Amino acid sequence: MAAYVLRRLGQAALVVLVMSVLVFAGVYAIGNPLDILIHPEATQQDIARLSASLGLDRPVWEQYFVFLGQALTGNLGTSFAFNVPAIPLILERLPATLELAVAATAIAVLLGIPLGLWAGLKPDSVAGRTIMAGSILGFSLPTFWVGLVLIMTFSVELGWLPASGRGPTLDVLGIPVSFLTLEGLQHLALPAINLALFKLGLVIRLVRGGTREAMMLDYVRFARAKGLSEPRVVGVHVLRNILIPVVTVVGLEFGSLIAFAVVTETIFAWPGMGKLLIDSINVLDRPVIVAYLCITVLVFVLINLVVDLLYALLDPRVRLAAAGAEA
Amino acid sequence: MKALLLGIALAVFPAPAVLQAADLRIGMAADVTSMDPHAVNITPNNNIGWHVFDALVHVDADARIVPGLAASWKAVDPTTWEFRLRRDVRFHDGSPLSADDVLFSIQRAGKLPNGQYASFVQRLTERTAVDPYTIRVKTATPYAMVPYDLNSIFIVSKKAAANASTEDFNSGKAMVGTGPFRFARFARADRVELQRNPGYWGGAPVWDRVIFRIIPSDPARIAALLAGDVDVIENIPTPDLAKLKLDKRFGLSQKVSWRTLFFHLDQGRERSPFVMDKSGKPLDRNPLRDARVRLAISKAIDRQAIVQRVMDNAAIPASNIVSPPVFGHVAALKPEGYDLPGAKKLLAEAGYPNGFSLTLHAPNNRYVNDERIAQVVAQMLARAGIQARVEAMPINAYLPRARAGEFSFAMLGWGSFSGDLALRALLATPSAEKGYGAWNWSRYSNPKLDGLLDQAFASVDEKKREAIAREAATIALKDVGVVTLHHQIAVWALKRPLAYAARTDEYTFAHHIRPQ
Repeated sequence: MAAYVLRRLGQAALVVLVMSVLVFAGVYAIGNPLDILIHPEATQQDIARLSASLGLDRPVWEQYFVFLGQALTGNLGTSFAFNVPAIPLILERLPATLELAVAATAIAVLLGIPLGLWAGLKPDSVAGRTIMAGSILGFSLPTFWVGLVLIMTFSVELGWLPASGRGPTLDVLGIPVSFLTLEGLQHLALPAINLALFKLGLVIRLVRGGTREAMMLDYVRFARAKGLSEPRVVGVHVLRNILIPVVTVVGLEFGSLIAFAVVTETIFAWPGMGKLLIDSINVLDRPVIVAYLCITVLVFVLINLVVDLLYALLDPRVRLAAAGAEA
Repeated sequence: MKALLLGIALAVFPAPAVLQAADLRIGMAADVTSMDPHAVNITPNNNIGWHVFDALVHVDADARIVPGLAASWKAVDPTTWEFRLRRDVRFHDGSPLSADDVLFSIQRAGKLPNGQYASFVQRLTERTAVDPYTIRVKTATPYAMVPYDLNSIFIVSKKAAANASTEDFNSGKAMVGTGPFRFARFARADRVELQRNPGYWGGAPVWDRVIFRIIPSDPARIAALLAGDVDVIENIPTPDLAKLKLDKRFGLSQKVSWRTLFFHLDQGRERSPFVMDKSGKPLDRNPLRDARVRLAISKAIDRQAIVQRVMDNAAIPASNIVSPPVFGHVAALKPEGYDLPGAKKLLAEAGYPNGFSLTLHAPNNRYVNDERIAQVVAQMLARAGIQARVEAMPINAYLPRARAGEFSFAMLGWGSFSGDLALRALLATPSAEKGYGAWNWSRYSNPKLDGLLDQAFASVDEKKREAIAREAATIALKDVGVVTLHHQIAVWALKRPLAYAARTDEYTFAHHIRPQ
């Protein structure tokens, strides 16, 4: 088990290293960040001075090795645009994104599984058809448009919820969270729903498909034949079997929620890390781009690890063996 | 049933708490990256800076310099400037402002690692305090722009900011200034909160609390205003202007901005990379070097049509590179009128009766309607026989290429509070040593212009300097060194009955927003 986890982390380190080379080269190829960052009235001498102070006057390979050297000490560089170290800058905005992603996932799972079960058990009922039609809308409507419609309906026309921003935060174990206050929840509601819609559609379809398939299988007939009640058949036997693909997809999607919540964050002016990445790309703020992607890779690796561990819990047949090393 | 549902909804989601009457919430259009007033020199940071801090020299709504913390200044001799401080100024912590704080701030701006304000103090070779309320600075050569440069240096408290890093400003520890508001809170990418400074030397502001919400997305900012989340927003997208004008709940405040849009035309090279004949073969000479061709291009552009149809009237046609209120604007120059026959005639005279073709480069996420303007200009040029292809790209890819001199015909927007400074950057012969022509993508070079600029920057008499700046601008614009398009109009939308004393420099100042 420990060896398994270690090996996975080793792979992650390799991925991070390769990615840092690619990002470094890519951002370098676009151009000199000073051309964008510097104040227009600055003269050629000012530019030369600032580029020496940021180390941008050196050859790119030298810049990369300086970066690697610093990275080994846990410093991924100082942001050009913020003039503060990149890692704290990103971590400062991680809680807001995590909060949004967790809320969206919770909505998707808590609504998606019951709705999907319903649609799977009663595929020809009006309710079942409505749920399926709704799920198609859920993942075919563009997030940007849905976000604006939500804002126009619930904020501008009805005035029930704030149009944008994050509510007041309280510190829990040193992490600022906003879902513990009423105002915080009001701010969280629309962006979380907006971000959840796509995943909700996905979960509904996965659960429905799984349910319909499972209902035909022998073990369900057997369970029924044994005289088990319908709620027990569905709630325990069917549900447990269809959860494996759901956990996989939700896990993977959770990673992409964190990394790419940027559209929702932009429309709702949510101070998360997705917006930071886009802003940083816009000004070629390389230290932040590299650090952001490193952190994202690590998050993905961790989520996949958790998903694999969950498999083992859900399905006793799955073993976390290192390629046949264990029986 | 409907009422019941509504009742439930209201119980679950009560309307956002009503804020106190003297709170002001402003939706900002760009992200604030730092509280440190000497670190990152971008508009949103300076916008917050102007609320918490002051500079020796301020700028009024017309972008003209006026006394700030310095009640007066004068050039004692052409290389020595003396600034006399106001005596009634106290920092937010109660300590009085003295010459030491000013010297410390100048020194910090010059020394802060990676600081972007160093350019404004580099030329000050000596800085001394004559007495607690008088400072003198010396320059190596006569330099008229000292008061302008010091407009960019915010004065911090030496006591609070000694050894302070950028993080100390972001956390608020070192955020002690003399400005109309005290710093309260900075939540990155979300908001900046400020509190009234009742003892402000310029008169206490009417707002107890000001909240700057950071909402860069245009539709989100408009929605925040419509939903009542904020009271004021800046930077209204032009397509929304007409609708907001009709809405009785809101009022608009507007003023011609200092931002001018124009095209740089490559006049330096014998062969320009993106100018060709109509079959796509390179030309043996560069037509843009001929002033008649440049004038023809200018005449072929219908500025009025761009202003009305593309900009929804949120701009005025431009004849100058600085807008009308700004120092050095030449009122005698009139925007080139749309004259298609005249343009064709000039092209024929210059030897291009059938025109030629070129690529017009523009950013697509920097200036108001930038790419659309480029498309429209290309169509207008086509009517005069110049086949123009538009290549638009994000600013982060555009600027490095433009600054490397890759383009032949390139859009640029510029805001400056003095005509001679704009000429220095845009049209003076490039010289790293003199700091001239850092943005002269045209490679325009005219020794007469350079000479006049030398004179202007050495002239400590403002009247004389403005006369020289106007003469220099007239020469460069008669030469069509750049093809000017329009000056943008900056627009703010405010919840009634609020009104804003709109500013040419586009800053949004809470202390200048008042109920009518």
